[in-house]
Amino acid sequence: MAKTHIPFMQTGTLVVGNRLLDEEDRAVQSYQNRPSTLTRGHRACQGCAEALAARWVLDTAMEVTQGKLMVANATGCLEVFSTLYPESAWRVPWVHSLFANAASVATGIAAANHARGRDDIRVIAQGGDGGTGDIGLACLSGMFERNDDVLYVCYDNQAYMNTGVQRSGATPPAARTATTPAVGPHPGNVFGQGKFVPKIAMAHDIPYVATATVADLRDLEAKVRKAMSHRGARYIHILVTCPLGWGTKTADSIKMARLATRCGLFPVFEAEYGEVTAVTKIRSQAPVEDYLRPQRRFAHLFGAKADEAALERIRGAAERNIRRYNLLPEGGVA
Amino acid sequence: MTSATVPPGLSAPAGSSAVYHTGSWRTERPVYMSLLPPCSAACPAGEDIQAWLFEAQEAGDGYERAWRRLTVENPLPAIMGRVCYHPCQAACNRVQLDEMVGINAVERFLGDLAIAKGWQFEPPAGDRLTGRRVLVIGSGPAGLSAAYHLRMSGHEVHVLEAKTEFGGMLRYGIPAYRLPRHVIDAEVARLEAVGIVLQANQRVEDLAARAAGYDATVVCVGAGVGAHVSIPAATAAKVLDAVRLLEETAAGTPPLLGRRVAIYGGGNTAMDAARTARRLGAEDAVIIYRRTKAQMPAHEEEYKDAISEGIRVKWLSTIAEVERGKVVIERMELDAGGRPQPTGVFDEVEADTVVLAIGQDADLDIVEGVPGMAVERGVIAVDERMMTGVPGVFAAGDAAPGDRTATYAVGQGKLAARGVDAYLRGREFAAPQRVAQATFDRLNTWYYADAPAQSRPELEAARRTSGFEEVVQGLSEASALFEARRCMSCGNCFECDNCYGLCPDDVIRKLGEGKKYSIDLNYCKGCGICAAECPCGCIEMVPEER
Repeated sequence: MAKTHIPFMQTGTLVVGNRLLDEEDRAVQSYQNRPSTLTRGHRACQGCAEALAARWVLDTAMEVTQGKLMVANATGCLEVFSTLYPESAWRVPWVHSLFANAASVATGIAAANHARGRDDIRVIAQGGDGGTGDIGLACLSGMFERNDDVLYVCYDNQAYMNTGVQRSGATPPAARTATTPAVGPHPGNVFGQGKFVPKIAMAHDIPYVATATVADLRDLEAKVRKAMSHRGARYIHILVTCPLGWGTKTADSIKMARLATRCGLFPVFEAEYGEVTAVTKIRSQAPVEDYLRPQRRFAHLFGAKADEAALERIRGAAERNIRRYNLLPEGGVA
Repeated sequence: MTSATVPPGLSAPAGSSAVYHTGSWRTERPVYMSLLPPCSAACPAGEDIQAWLFEAQEAGDGYERAWRRLTVENPLPAIMGRVCYHPCQAACNRVQLDEMVGINAVERFLGDLAIAKGWQFEPPAGDRLTGRRVLVIGSGPAGLSAAYHLRMSGHEVHVLEAKTEFGGMLRYGIPAYRLPRHVIDAEVARLEAVGIVLQANQRVEDLAARAAGYDATVVCVGAGVGAHVSIPAATAAKVLDAVRLLEETAAGTPPLLGRRVAIYGGGNTAMDAARTARRLGAEDAVIIYRRTKAQMPAHEEEYKDAISEGIRVKWLSTIAEVERGKVVIERMELDAGGRPQPTGVFDEVEADTVVLAIGQDADLDIVEGVPGMAVERGVIAVDERMMTGVPGVFAAGDAAPGDRTATYAVGQGKLAARGVDAYLRGREFAAPQRVAQATFDRLNTWYYADAPAQSRPELEAARRTSGFEEVVQGLSEASALFEARRCMSCGNCFECDNCYGLCPDDVIRKLGEGKKYSIDLNYCKGCGICAAECPCGCIEMVPEER
């Protein structure tokens, strides 16, 4: 499927399938015989968006490479819930590395394939926001700097979820976690400097960097296809809702990711060789409160002791994103 | 994926996660539903609108499938696509998103296409013929609909029409600029082609005598008698009723009206009479109505069309007296209960002719004195299957109780046909079941593309009054297709693959085009994403019993 936006066929390209579209305009996820690379029986929580995003990414990569794919997986939720010894939910050659070194292991696999003259076998490394942006950042930066032929995919659920929801470098300000409780004069996570790994990746001027969410499947599939069309180091950062860690309804996992983009707190864009080349404009802008209020990790911002000052700073962050990435459509109204 | 051999370095054989039945975590299960969309709930003819729009969305051969699906319920789409007041559109959920879907215009497009392509109904197969004979009296919308459904059930059907041509009020009550005659002819001819025998010039005087030799009779004689009120009138004053005006105009012998015409009444017939008067040469047509615009029974569209053709309206007025060349009107005012009360203030309106459009009565001569037949409030009394007090004699349409619209008549004709069929087969009549409605709050409208309605091109208002040319034009194919695709398929799966693609646990199986999906409950954890992200709201989360 090319990333063409088909404006009107009842649902256009907004849904997964759409029988009114030509076969080639449909998503891999709509194929009756899709690879289902991450299959049933895995023990992710109900409504886990990381499990969903991982299947989307690897199914698309399997389609592009015609099954010639190897995967290195950092420690984290994704590894824990998919591979309880001796069973595996993966239908792809898959190796579990340490927490820190998925990028290095993938580099090694790519080098070995190259040495064997098998550059046709492609390599993906994947991990959560902790394994990617905190513990594994040195290995990741090295992979970028050497321009190793690996696509690294980060599933960002904004905390260390599998060990009990501890704060990570990707945890948003004011969010309550096990290590940033909602107590004291400034409850929840601190308003720090923040760490947005896609910008770190862009600083390496690698061939391709993109962000995506579980709220836009076709956008994500198109980005995986594009990433696989490049050689060298590539990075895709996907916002994935965690019902357990965020305190949201399991049925709302897609809706929450959609609200994150609609309010501007999560920008969706592509960058090539360090420059932003495409931006997904906001369709129907929403206030940040619509995104924050349904999440129990932000409950202390609302109610009797509503923290207007914190809300104002979060609104400011959304506005900065909208300005920085030019997220509003022509005319400035979404 | 299960392997019996133990790979190097492992102490147990590697296996697939499929050994874990994560479905045991579930407290709610997703269930696919088929709910009643509000359009169908509102359709007096009981059309399955979502189903035929679904077929039309596919264009090409889909149009014929759509027409066939539509005509399962209503055999007159080209007619109804013109004259139906489309309560379906007022009920359409899309109103709450942008604008209603133009269902009526798509129905007309399909009806016109069927006429152009010569599509015919499939006559009942030989083994379905019952050999039972049914008489239908009247060839208006109720009679034609009853005849069609009876024929499709395998009965022999004989239709008698009192007038010289078929169609009843469709022909003699609705002006040609709203419903061209060739459209009526084409849809009647299609009914004749499946073996329904229609005979004109057959006024039935003696019901019992005519019904002899038939196994059942359906009386669809309509309401073709103009109601009268007693108004003091000078002998030279010209007063006629709207039914006569419309009927004589339709028959090609319009009455002479003069330059100025006053129409008394505020219903659709008054609008038609006024617009017809303009087309017959009246320079001035003024409607006199005793209440206000808010209480006017005429449909908004009819009223707007009349106004755009230069028709004037005098609200809160009654005719006190008709004199030569003028009428004396009395101003009214509404009392606390909203009823008009006389004020004693009089005024005059110049008029050469007064047309009375104050209601129509059923012509019940046919049932007068028939033992067992009851007439209540001016119409034939019937039970829930439309049978009168006389066993085997049914009634439908304007002569029976209910709304007086062509579409309602089509629905009643179908209901009467079902009643007759059950009666002839000695079966219990099963009243239509109502299922849960697909309300707007069930939809996830994020997924529907933004799409404003396509409007029907209309003839220039200035050209309208020059003749009886059709005023409202049909949609082009492109517009009709666009309009069909605006349908949100409320409460009924349209195979968008959202449930299949958005399941984090990979438990939904896609069964192939037209076959929808199945859910493997061994693994479904019951997260509810499929139900939340289903655009049309056809998935319900049902609590598990523990």
